[in-house]
Amino acid sequence: MEDFTPLSATLGGALIGLSASLLLLANGRIAGISGIVGGLLRPTPGDSSWRLAFVGGLLFAGLALSFVMPDSIAGPSERSLGAVAAAGLIVGFGVRLGNGCTSGHGVCGLSRFSKRSLVATLTFMGTGVLTAVAIQLGLGGTL
Amino acid sequence: MNPLTAFGSGIVFGAGLVVSQMTNANKVVNFLNVAGDWDPSLAFVMIGAIGLHLVLFRLILRRPSPLYAAAFRVPTSTHLDIRLVGGAALFGIGWALGGFCPGPGIVSSISGGTHALVFVGAMLAGMALHRLLPAPVSKAEGSPLT
Repeated sequence: MEDFTPLSATLGGALIGLSASLLLLANGRIAGISGIVGGLLRPTPGDSSWRLAFVGGLLFAGLALSFVMPDSIAGPSERSLGAVAAAGLIVGFGVRLGNGCTSGHGVCGLSRFSKRSLVATLTFMGTGVLTAVAIQLGLGGTL
Repeated sequence: MNPLTAFGSGIVFGAGLVVSQMTNANKVVNFLNVAGDWDPSLAFVMIGAIGLHLVLFRLILRRPSPLYAAAFRVPTSTHLDIRLVGGAALFGIGWALGGFCPGPGIVSSISGGTHALVFVGAMLAGMALHRLLPAPVSKAEGSPLT
């Protein structure tokens, strides 16, 4: 086990839970990233400005915090650009097909005790672990 | 809808992803790879996020409506189907393959180098590809609660 950071992980998680609560209180929406971004690709009138603003906030945080905690933002050192491109395609298609990702199903859905989100979360955690272990055991962890 | 509060929510969400290191793709891989130097830290992200949101969610929904919208839009479907399971299965594979899920990919794309940019570009292409599928019979996302 290396670099075990339960405190910062819990604190960061609490910020995510706070953000989801703020978006729900103010705008009545679920903070599911794939749904928010996916809605921009299929725009309906009057429904894009809050989505763009939310994504703008994500980018702003990414830029500002890259000066404060640069080590916390990093690409995968043991993955090729080709593997990452394939990953992006699979993730983009998969989260739209399954109606959510780690945020929409994993955080918001599980907080609501949603049966669909529980099934989705167990499924993506399962295939995520299987894939990472397969890359480790079959390819020595590098792809 | 109120874009300013959505912008603020995005900042807090993005800060949470960086503070928790969900934006560190190596940490994500080490979390999922239980056969290597396993790092269980990111399980605590779920604990922190759900621990707070499951309480606040219930308090907020006691209100008749949100502050800046006519109604809460929360999914109500309980229908399990092959799209849900197949989509989630694909997402997990891609998450382990690239080390990014959608939020951290976007947050990292502005400063995290080529990998994050390539990931986000490909993710948008994958989302666009999904639009070519015939529409499902019932839509799970965003149905009005009341």
